[in-house]
Amino acid sequence: MESIILQIAARHMRPLLLVLSLIVLYRGHNEPGGGFIGGLMFGAAYILYAMAFGVKKTQKTLFFNPINLTALGLLVALASGIPAIFAGDLFMTGEWYTFFEHTAFELKLGTPLLFDVGVYFAVAGMLMMVMFSLMEE
Amino acid sequence: MTTGLFLIVLLGVSALAPFIRKYLKNSAGWIYAIWPFTGFLYYLSLLPQINQGHVLMESYTWLPALGINFSFYVDGFSVLFSLLVLGIGTFIMIYAGYYMRPYPMKGRFMGYLLLFMTAMQGIVVSGNLITMFVFWELTSVSSYLLIGYYHEKPEARASALQALLITGFGGLALLGGFVLLAIPYESYELSYILSNPDLIKNSNLYLPAFILVAIGAFTKSAQFPFHFWLPGAMTAPSPVSAFLHSATMVKAGVFLLARLNPVLGGTELWSYTLTIVGATTMFTGAWLSITQVDLKRILAYTTVSALGTLVLLIGTGTEYAINAAIIFLLVHALYKGTLFMMAGNIEKKTGTRDINQLGGLFKYMPFAAVVMILALVSMAGVPPMLGFLGKELIYEASVAAPKAHLFILTLGFLTNVILVFLSLRLTIDIFWGKEPEYAKTPAEPNLALVIGPFFLVLASFILGLFPSAMANPLTSSAITSISPELDAIILKLWHGFNLVLALSVFTLLSGLFVFKYRHKIIPAIDRFNIKYFRREFTRLFFQMIDAFLIFTKLKTKTLQHGYHRYYLMTLFVIASVLVWIMIWRADPIILELNFSDMPLNLVAVVILIIAAAISSIVSNSRVVALISLGVIGFGITIIFIAYSGVDLAITMIMVETLLVILAMTVVYHLPKYQNFSSTGARMRDALVATLVGSFFIVLVLQAGTSTLDAPISEFFKEASYTQAFGRNIVNVILVDFRALDTLGEITVISIAALGIYAMIQLSKKQ
Repeated sequence: MESIILQIAARHMRPLLLVLSLIVLYRGHNEPGGGFIGGLMFGAAYILYAMAFGVKKTQKTLFFNPINLTALGLLVALASGIPAIFAGDLFMTGEWYTFFEHTAFELKLGTPLLFDVGVYFAVAGMLMMVMFSLMEE
Repeated sequence: MTTGLFLIVLLGVSALAPFIRKYLKNSAGWIYAIWPFTGFLYYLSLLPQINQGHVLMESYTWLPALGINFSFYVDGFSVLFSLLVLGIGTFIMIYAGYYMRPYPMKGRFMGYLLLFMTAMQGIVVSGNLITMFVFWELTSVSSYLLIGYYHEKPEARASALQALLITGFGGLALLGGFVLLAIPYESYELSYILSNPDLIKNSNLYLPAFILVAIGAFTKSAQFPFHFWLPGAMTAPSPVSAFLHSATMVKAGVFLLARLNPVLGGTELWSYTLTIVGATTMFTGAWLSITQVDLKRILAYTTVSALGTLVLLIGTGTEYAINAAIIFLLVHALYKGTLFMMAGNIEKKTGTRDINQLGGLFKYMPFAAVVMILALVSMAGVPPMLGFLGKELIYEASVAAPKAHLFILTLGFLTNVILVFLSLRLTIDIFWGKEPEYAKTPAEPNLALVIGPFFLVLASFILGLFPSAMANPLTSSAITSISPELDAIILKLWHGFNLVLALSVFTLLSGLFVFKYRHKIIPAIDRFNIKYFRREFTRLFFQMIDAFLIFTKLKTKTLQHGYHRYYLMTLFVIASVLVWIMIWRADPIILELNFSDMPLNLVAVVILIIAAAISSIVSNSRVVALISLGVIGFGITIIFIAYSGVDLAITMIMVETLLVILAMTVVYHLPKYQNFSSTGARMRDALVATLVGSFFIVLVLQAGTSTLDAPISEFFKEASYTQAFGRNIVNVILVDFRALDTLGEITVISIAALGIYAMIQLSKKQ
């Protein structure tokens, strides 16, 4: 199925969706969003591209293998539980660190964000893994 | 803290051994031997302190809430056993380092062997029942790896599996026994249990605890009727056999019985069970060894016999019996280690273990011959070796046994006659006798191969010659550990003329007699055995395993039929019926339907959903059905938005979109949409659907009215920002409060995705 309209749309939608997925991931802690939704968007961006250009072409533009992305996600999620052990808490307790402090602005990052990043990768990876192999002819 | 530290070092060395083997080259055995030897010296240095009645205890918390700790309890009995494990272990390492040179994967082999030793050492110093159980299972696992070391051979794999299944079964029983044993104490700590022996005896858990612990000990120590795995285990390389039969693994069961003797022992049940099982095993092992021709197999059956003797003595429980048990333990470890190592040497030098094809070896290897003959002398119980003392004590114990002493004495006498006969036979047939054609001229084994046997025999000799000075300090506190109220008997080589001495002499003469007429007696016994013991236990065991496999296959076929629709149906019906029962019982069902404050646009959405649902059922096109399902999903999404469940709505939109795409990609691969179901099946499906749908409706309507527990949502609302610094409660729950659940979920979906991926790739290939 070659559709010029879909191809042009997919080419421009993909970066937009990727950026959007990151935004959704980051803001998830306070507003609707999070790793799961973000991961689905991440995967959807590539699936849209694959629908327009075919799986082979899409895979060439990928610099990672979806299986590895899933594994990375699981590892990151697991690793996010470890800092708590060193802090003397139970495994997977949320730990927060202030990275940048200023009167007007402070950047506070915690292991839950890292965990969400893990979910984000795992969901995106598994989605692509399944969809690509189903769409491949 | 030395005991724990030492075990960790040993574990570390075991893990490293496979990787450093190639750098150590041919000195590997000697270097690995350093570790057990260090431990040996350490426990030797503890001896004076232990003999004054000290007990060393250490504890490291593991699961304190359950009373499970890594505790160590080192008393006289532990020290004696540690000396055996580590002392013999030292020589086994040296021996194995040289013995295994021609074989592949020797590094890994040495690692397993070290692990095996660590596990046994762990058992004997454990101070917590669960700690002991962990090491106990470790010996089963490591012995599995060792027995199956020649894994290209089917019989090695079968023997390894048999040993693992039997000892593993015993291990499970033992765990159950330990749990029951600990219930009256509310503690797994050995020190506490040993100091209050009456708690379990007065509890009605005594019987089940005893049965389970006994099964654990009997399987491990190859007691009748579980004895058959041990002769099978001799398919392992000789260093393993030498170690397994002398100081580790099979002695673990004996160790356990002796260790728990103050707690479980002393009852009628204990003494009858142990006496009968022990005596039967003692005699069966000896009897079956007569007709064997494989040198290692003969030795394996005598080990079975010796283990039976030890269990019998522990069961008898008198002062003489316990003394005899400890001395005989030492005797047996020393001579059996030697004999198995020498069996390996003979096989290496002549290429065979069949005693009918051996002979005249004395002139080729005189030094090795002397060492082996002395070990055989100890096995026969002839002075001045320690074996003589052991046998004397066993006779003393049998004569003085409180119950059934005639039974014990007869079986003990016959067993010893057989042992004397075997010693004579192995000595004469292997080292003198007719010399066959050897492929290559046998030679004296290398130093590394005989140093172990030599020192073990030397120890047996010195201990036998100076019993009160050497053997007593080694064993006296072990005896009081097993039975606190008993004392060690001062050991003497010469007891004067008495009944026991007469028995000893009579045993020797009978052994000589059997040996003299062996050409008539052995074939007769062989015929007898073939006639009456046709069914081998090993074959029976594997038939049992096969029957079990057939049963499980049948069960799996019935439960795991592979029809997705029936899995779903099972799931739906069970879930909805259970919830229906719950709803029925909880509150009277109040169905309050109030449509008055429902906005008109939502009514439209609901009508749309209903229409889509009907369309999805009646449609004749799969694509239409899928799109209808999508419409239902998006309709629900709109309802979520209307009731401000934005998070859910976003997720739902994503999921619904992807689901429709996913389904569309699958549609291409499916056959044409057809109607296969009969009317009956459709009615049944409709019934299931109604059941599930109605339960959901009732559940949702009831959820508002029935209060089961205080809702947790209030806590999340409170704590979300204060504790987890997030205002999006759903997300905070997912990534913080319930992060471990989420981790489990993403792991599951990743595995599922991998499975789908693998299935699709596989079907593409075909």
